[in-house]
Amino acid sequence: MVGLLKKFKPEKKELIHILHSVQEEQGYISSEAIYEISKYLNISEGEVYGVLTFYNAFTLEPRGKHTITICMGTACHVRGAPSVLDEFSRRLNIQPGQTTEDKYFTLETVNCVGACALGPIAITDGHYHGHVSIKDVKKIIDDVNKEEENKNKE
Amino acid sequence: MMKVDPEKLEKLRAQITASRNKKKTCITICGGTGCHAYGCEEIAEIFKDEIKKQKLEDKIDIRVTGCHGFCERGPIVVIQPEGIFYQRVKKEDIREIISKTAVGKEVIPRLLYEDTQKGVHIEKEREVPFYKKQKRIIFERNGFIDPTDINDYIALDGYKAVSKALFEMTPKEIISEVKKSGLRGRGGGGFPTGKKWEICRGSDSNEKYIICNADEGDPGAYMDRSLLEGNPHSIIEGMIIGAYAIGASKGYIYVRLEYPLAVKNVTLALEKAREYGFLGESILGSDFDFDISVFKGAGAFVSGEETSLMASIEGRRAFPRQRPPYPADKGLWGKPTNINNVETWANIPLIVENGAQWYSRIGTETSKGTKIFSLVGKINNTGLVEVPMGMTLREIIYDIGGGIKDGKKFKAVQTGGPSGGCLPADMLDQPIDFDTLTRAGSIMGSGGMIVMDEDNCMVDVARYFLKFTQEESCGKCVPCRIGTKEMVEILTRITEGKGEKGDIKKLNDLAETVQNASLCGLGQTAPNPVLTTLRYFMDEYKEHIEEKKCSALSCKELIVYYIEPEKCVGCLLCKKNCPVNAISGERKQVHVIDQDVCIKCGACLDVCPPKVSAVSKYTGKGKEKILEQQNKKKTKK
Repeated sequence: MVGLLKKFKPEKKELIHILHSVQEEQGYISSEAIYEISKYLNISEGEVYGVLTFYNAFTLEPRGKHTITICMGTACHVRGAPSVLDEFSRRLNIQPGQTTEDKYFTLETVNCVGACALGPIAITDGHYHGHVSIKDVKKIIDDVNKEEENKNKE
Repeated sequence: MMKVDPEKLEKLRAQITASRNKKKTCITICGGTGCHAYGCEEIAEIFKDEIKKQKLEDKIDIRVTGCHGFCERGPIVVIQPEGIFYQRVKKEDIREIISKTAVGKEVIPRLLYEDTQKGVHIEKEREVPFYKKQKRIIFERNGFIDPTDINDYIALDGYKAVSKALFEMTPKEIISEVKKSGLRGRGGGGFPTGKKWEICRGSDSNEKYIICNADEGDPGAYMDRSLLEGNPHSIIEGMIIGAYAIGASKGYIYVRLEYPLAVKNVTLALEKAREYGFLGESILGSDFDFDISVFKGAGAFVSGEETSLMASIEGRRAFPRQRPPYPADKGLWGKPTNINNVETWANIPLIVENGAQWYSRIGTETSKGTKIFSLVGKINNTGLVEVPMGMTLREIIYDIGGGIKDGKKFKAVQTGGPSGGCLPADMLDQPIDFDTLTRAGSIMGSGGMIVMDEDNCMVDVARYFLKFTQEESCGKCVPCRIGTKEMVEILTRITEGKGEKGDIKKLNDLAETVQNASLCGLGQTAPNPVLTTLRYFMDEYKEHIEEKKCSALSCKELIVYYIEPEKCVGCLLCKKNCPVNAISGERKQVHVIDQDVCIKCGACLDVCPPKVSAVSKYTGKGKEKILEQQNKKKTKK
C-alpha cells in the first residue's frame, strides 16, 4: 500500500487516480486502504469514502473470480437486455451488483459499452458475447466454468 | 525523433509519402471496439503471420485502422488501394483473401456486401449504400490510419492546421474563423464554439485550461470513442489550436472509464505528439507552450456535465454547481476554462485548414457542418454515420441504415440519449439539425439515434430512460433527486398494469417541476423522454392505464405466453428450455404453459422453430381469456 501511494503526489487532486490504482491492484477498496489514503493525503476518511462511493468504478467488497457484465445501454435494452439480465440473475442466484457466496461470480451491469451492433451483449472476463438471447445464458456460464476447469487441469 | 518545426514537418511529410508506395497493396483491418468484439485482433494476427509465412511483406502491407463505422458487418477488411470491401470476415477466409485478392487482385463475391434489394454484390467500400450517402469529413481518415502510428496521420496532412494556426494566424483570427464557420458544440448543447472561445480568451487570467469532454455517457452513443480510438491525433491537433487561440497552457482529456482502448490509444498519441514537438514547450519552434493529460473517469454519468467534470478532475465527487460563474470565467481550479466535446475538437483542424467558408457550405442555415450519429437499435445497418446537418431522418434510417430489422414496422427514433426524446413516424421527413430537434421536443445531444419498432413499448422506453437518469442523479438538488424517483415509480407502476387515473397529470406536473427547478442539465432535460412519449404516444399510456394492455407485447406484467394447440407439434424443445419447468406435455402431444409458474422469460418463444411458431404473446382481453381458461381447467381437476 505504501509503495503504491508513493507513486502519487500527496495532493488531494490525486485521490481518484489513487483509488483507480488501489481498485486495480487489490480488486476493491478495503477499510485499511481508506485509512492509509486519508493519512497520505491528509484528508478525512469520510472524504475518501464519500468520493469512492460516488463513482461506480470503485467497490468496497472484493469481486468474484469471474465477472459477468451485461450491457444495459439503450440499443441493448430495446433488443431485450433486461430479460437476459434476469436470466443471468436467476441462474447465478444473485442480483446485479452482487457476488456469489463462493466468490466465484460477480454479476454487473454497465450503461453502455458502445458495441451496439452486437446487442444484447454479455461480457465474461473481458470476452464479448454478442446477440445474446435467454437461451444462450446457460452456455455462457458453463463455458466460464469449463475454462476454469481446464486451467486447473493444466 | 527530433522535434519538428513547420519546415521540418513538411519535409517529414514528404519523406513519409515518398517512402510509401501508393500502389502497394494494403490490407486494412478495422480495429474499432465493435470489430474487436467480433475478434478482429485474432484476424489481424493471422493475417500478419500468414503474410510473413508466405514471404509477401514486400508486396503487401497490413494495417489495423480506426473504426470504419459499419459495425453491423464486422469484422471489416478493406483491401487498398482498390478499396475492396469485405465484411463479416472469418479466420477461414484469410488465406483466400491473401492469395486471391491481395495477390491475384481477384474479388471474392461471398465476402462482399450484398444489396439484397437490388440483388447485387458491391465491391468498393464507398459504393456500399451505408457509406454512399454519408459525408465523412471527420471520419474519413479513420479507415486509413493506424491510430498507434503518428506517421499515418502526418501522411494524411496531419498537424498541418497547427502549423498554419501558429505561424500564419493570430489567436483572434482563429477565433474569428471558428465563429464564421458556424460550428456549434457537438456535446449536446449546441453552443457556438467560436463564441465560447472568445469569452474564455477575454477572461483575465495568466492561467487557463482547456478540456476535451470524452465522458461519453449517453447509452447507445459511441462516436466520440471511435474518434478517440481511431484518430486521436485529430483531437489533439484541435486542442492545440484551441489552446493557442484561447491562451491556455494546459489541457485535459477526460475519458470515460468504460473505454480502455481509447485511453490506451490517446495516451500513446500524446507521447508521440510530445516526441515530435507538437506538445510541450515551444511547439513547432514557436513561443507557445502547451501540454495535455488524460484523466480517466470513474463511472458517473453526471460527470459529463461540465461543472461536474471539473469537480471530478479536482479529485472530488462529480457534483455540478450553479452557473454563472461559467467555466469561461471560473472553471478548473477557479481558472478560466474552455470545455468542448471530442467531435467539436475534431472539427477544428478541418476548419483552420480549409477555411470557414468551405465549412459553412455544409449543413443548414443554423447548424453547419456534419454530425456523426450512432445509428443503433432495430435497424439493419447498425453503425456510425456521418451526414451533413439537415439530412432527413428517413434518409438516415432507410437509405443509410437500410430500414428496420426483420421487416418490422418503424415506431420511433430516440435522439439525444436520456436528455432527448422519441420522435414518431410522421417526423421521418424532418430535416435534422439542432433547432428542428429542439422544436420537436428532443435534442441533438451527442448523436445517439436509437431506432425502435412495433415491438418496443414507448412507456417502457420512457421508464428505461427515467430509471437511468434517476440512478445517475447525483442527488445534490431536490427536484432531480426526488422528482425523477417519483416519475420512475409512476412509470413502473404503469408498465406493471397498476397505473391509475391521474397518473398522466402527475407525470406532466412532475416533469415541469424537474425541468424548471433542477440545478444542472441532467435534471433539466431528464423529463424529455417522458414528455415526448406523452406528446406523441399518448395512446400507449392510455391503454396501459385503462385497459392494462401493452400492444407492443413488451411489458412482462401485461402479457402471457401461450402455446397455440393447433400449431404445436410436441417437439419438446420449449419444455426442455423452460428454466422453471412451467411447460408440460409429452412428445408429439400439445404442450401447455402453466401461467402460475411461468416467469415470462420468453425462452419458449425463442426456441420454437420458425416453421412451427406455436408460441404467441397475448395482452389485454386475450391475456385474460387465457388465464380464465387455465383457472377453469385447474378448478375442474
